[in-house]
Order: sequence, then C-alpha cells, then structure tokens
Amino acid sequence: MAYVARQDGLHARRPPLMKRIADGAAPYLYSAPALILIVTVMLVPLALGVSYAFRDIQLLNPFSGAFIGLDHFRALSQDQAFYRALRNTLWWTGASVFLQFLLGLILALLLDKPFYGRGLAQALVFLPWAVPSFLAGLNWSWLFNPVVGPLPHWFYALGIMSEPSNILSDPQLAMWGPIIANVWWGIPFFAITLLAALQAIPRDLYEAASIDGAGPVQRFLSITLPFLAPTIAITILLRTVWISNFADLIIVMTNGGPADRTQIVASYIFTQAFKRLDFGYASAIALVLLALLLAYSMLIVILRQWLLSKD
Amino acid sequence: MRAKPILLVAAHRLAILAYIAFALFPLYWLLKVAVTPNDLLYSEGIRLWPSRATLDHFDFVLRHSAFPTFFKNSLIVSGSTAVIVTILASLSGYALSRFNFRGKYWLVALMLLTQMFPLVMLVAPIFKILSPLGLTNSLTGLVIVYTAFNVPFATFLMQSFFDGIPKDLEEAAMIDGATQFVAFRQIILPLTLPGIAATLGFVFTAAWSELLFSLMLISGNDQATFPVGLLSFVSKFSVDFGQMMAAGVLALIPACLFFLLIQRYLVQGLTAGAVKG
Repeated sequence: MAYVARQDGLHARRPPLMKRIADGAAPYLYSAPALILIVTVMLVPLALGVSYAFRDIQLLNPFSGAFIGLDHFRALSQDQAFYRALRNTLWWTGASVFLQFLLGLILALLLDKPFYGRGLAQALVFLPWAVPSFLAGLNWSWLFNPVVGPLPHWFYALGIMSEPSNILSDPQLAMWGPIIANVWWGIPFFAITLLAALQAIPRDLYEAASIDGAGPVQRFLSITLPFLAPTIAITILLRTVWISNFADLIIVMTNGGPADRTQIVASYIFTQAFKRLDFGYASAIALVLLALLLAYSMLIVILRQWLLSKD
Repeated sequence: MRAKPILLVAAHRLAILAYIAFALFPLYWLLKVAVTPNDLLYSEGIRLWPSRATLDHFDFVLRHSAFPTFFKNSLIVSGSTAVIVTILASLSGYALSRFNFRGKYWLVALMLLTQMFPLVMLVAPIFKILSPLGLTNSLTGLVIVYTAFNVPFATFLMQSFFDGIPKDLEEAAMIDGATQFVAFRQIILPLTLPGIAATLGFVFTAAWSELLFSLMLISGNDQATFPVGLLSFVSKFSVDFGQMMAAGVLALIPACLFFLLIQRYLVQGLTAGAVKG
C-alpha cells in the first residue's frame, strides 16, 4: 500500500491506531461478503456431503441417518451400473473434448486473420455458447427425432441409416446424440480461448519467418503451436474435468438410457439423489468421482513437470 | 500464380460459412417448427420452411400455458443473481487487485478449489440444508445457491478488469482527501463499466441455463424456472412439438440478447479472466 507510506512521509507522523486497523481490515471487508457466501453455500455442503458418504441418508426414510462406515463403498464396488457409467464417462469426455478442441482450433485459426464481415461471423459462430444447456439438449433431441427433426431423414437419404430412426433410442448409437450436442455447444469456448491466445502472438514473428522462407505449415508448427501450447494444455485440462461432470445434456436428452448406455458418473449421481432420493449412496459415488478427478489433475501436473525437466 | 490465393480465400470463406451453418441450423429448426401449423407438421416434416407460417403456438404458449410464470421466475432469479454476484465480485475482485494482504493466497486458493470440484456433489447436501430453512421450492433459495456458485469466477473476471486500470487514479483522489472506498466507487467503478456489463451478462446467462439444482430444489409449478417448466412440459405433453419449440424460442431470447451485448468483450475480457483464473 504505497499511498500509506507516502502520506507518512508527507506528514512525518504515523496515522492514528484506529486508521491503521481500518486500513489493515480493508481487504478483508471488501472480500468478506463473497467469502462468507462461498463458505456457507459451497464448503459446508461439501464437508456435509463427504460425511453423507459414510452414513445411511435416505430422504423418505425418517429412520435413516446412522453411521454405516464403508458400506456404500462396498456396494459401489459391486455395482455394475457404476462401472458402466465410468466407461461411458471416459468415452463421453474423450470424444467431446477431442472434437470440441479440434473444431475450435480450426475455427480460431479461420477467424484470426481480418476479413470482410469478421465481426458478424464471429458473433454468429459463438452464438451456441449463449444457448442454455437444457435448451441445447432439447433442441438436438428434437433434431434427432424422426417425427419433427430432419437428421434421421438426411442420414437415411445418405445411406448412413437403413431407416429414419432416432439414434437416441438405439443403444449402440445413443451416446453420439449428447456428444454431438455437446460439441455444437462447446466449440465456441475453445475457439474464444484459442483466438485470444492467437491474437497475443506478435505479428512480426510471422513476417520474419516468411522473409526467412518458412512456408505456412512450417510457420504454424514452429511459431503458432509453441505459443498456443500453454493455453491448449490448461484449457484441455480444465475442460476435461468440466465435461466429465457435465450431466445436463445427458439428463435432458436420454436421461441415461436406453438401458443405461448413456449414463455417465455425474448423471448417475444425480439420478441417485433426484429419483431415488438416496443421498448417502449419491454422496459416496460423488466422493469416488472427486478422487478420480483429483488423481487425473495430479497426473497431468506430474506429467507436465516431467516434460519440463526433460528439456 | 494468382489462382492459388483466390482458391485459398474461397476455401476460407466456405469453411466459415460451414461453421455458421452448423452453429445456426439447430436454432433455425427450432424457429421453423415453432411457426409451422400443426396440420403441416408431419406432412412437411423435412421441408426447410413450411408453406404456411403461423404464430398460433406462440399465442397459445403466452396466453394459455404456465410459461409466462416460468419466464417471470427465471427472469427474477437470473436478474437478482446477476446483480448480487456483480456487486460482491466487484468488492472481492477489487480487494484481490489492489491490496496485498495475508489472507490473499488462501482466498484465491479457496476460489480456485470451488471451480474444480463437481457441483453435482452438492445437490444432496444443499437440499438437506435448505429444506428445514424453507428455502426449497423457493426462488430465494435458488438465488442464494446460484450467487455462491458464480461469485468465484466473477471475482477473477472483475479482478482482471480492475488490473487494467492504473493505480495512479485512485492514489491521486486519495491525496486529495477521498477515502479508498469513495475513490473505488466514484472513480474506478465507472471506468470498469464494460467489465461490469460483461460480468452481469455472463452470470445472467449462467443462472438462466442452470438445470440440475433447479430440478432438485423446485417442485411446484408456481416457483418453476424455465428449465424445470420446459422439461415437465416435455414429459407431460410430449406430442405438441410446435408449442414446446415456441416456448424454447422464447427461452432463447434473453440469453441471446445478453450475448449480443457482451460478445464484443468476449475475446478480450473473458479469456483474460479465464486464463488468470
């Protein structure tokens, strides 16, 4: 707080005690309302949720609430639906992140250079990001519905499908529905982030490289990619964690079905809490999910350290 | 020699057009079915525009369904959340931007932590906490929950906007005798208006879109927000596609309006906040 020191020098005396206390407390007063809210609405429920994982908590059963130790986790280790949800989560997250990133990167590169109408094009392609996720899910489930949607008929006309049917009710294909909706919805996020990183690259680097005779591919590989790498790494890490928890589209489009083929861990937790009102079991699954996500993040951090130290 | 750049430019424009088509097509279809009269819905299922358009579905949804209530509830919840979050985040973002204090590291760590763990973990405990307080099935309860969820990111966003404003401005005001809070309110806040607008828009959109907690916490029709209302409508009257899509188009309007207002700042502001956060 430079100004305090300067005032001290000017007046050649220390400010009174009350003023110093007030100054010291100032940052805490500014941040107190936000802090109190976060602690009471997020941290306390988080701690409570962890304790539920070891208790028998069922909303409709007034006699529940007893401490049951690791029973939920024992049940979980036998729960085939949980293992299927785990595999589905990998598939859902991997396919969504990969396609969102790839298409988002291409879009960011396309929008990087100025052209006539870029502002409008940018506003239009980023629009899906503003669409509420429940509406994106409903919208796509209608598009996949042969009664009102064109997609099954187009797939049929192209010969991809033997008859215009709804892929959301086909156990083999159902997961593609939410994945496509998620890609549509999430491309703008990657494009916005990568575009900002692209525009931070000094332009004269490219000029110097072209003068030295580097072609477009070489310029991309030796200038663009290294500059983007940190942004790519952090956005993919954050997005992977976020998408593996993102149950909205699945709950709206398939509700985990048909036959649990699209159930991911996050939607499984929600189903246990919302439909079966088994808060204890839901919290136990949530705790396992949290541990897996932490392990994943640690792995990425360690991998990064290892790659850095290898250079 | 000339042919190659022209081909490249054409390919570039075509690719952009393909992206625009992919982005807009689902929304276009939503609008198309919403204006298709019921008797043409099945006979002209995959025509790009019906031979006859009608606003009957909108009329029905606005006058004979519960959607105006859902709309109003969502507007109240999202609007209050956006205003409260922006006020709280301006204060805490200012603290992070201008002060060096002992708890700063812990505050940042705590806010980052809240961004990392799955919010679906909190569905059950929050229901248990709010239920005896009478805050389930209540819009106030939703506002409290959404405000807490959105404050951390909004704080980082506001901090990045404050960081962009030179410190000399408020130092000069304080030498003239203003307290720091007065300097903050009268000099710094007006300069961050674009940032405040972006934060408002961002939080409004986030609250407008939230699904899981509103499904869990709201059960009655009177207090239902748009997502809850639309989903219950879908499961009850799943045959009337025209009305559902008309309701969907209406749900889209506020989110799109806010988006168009803030999209100019997206590439600069949002990523500055996101990368820092």
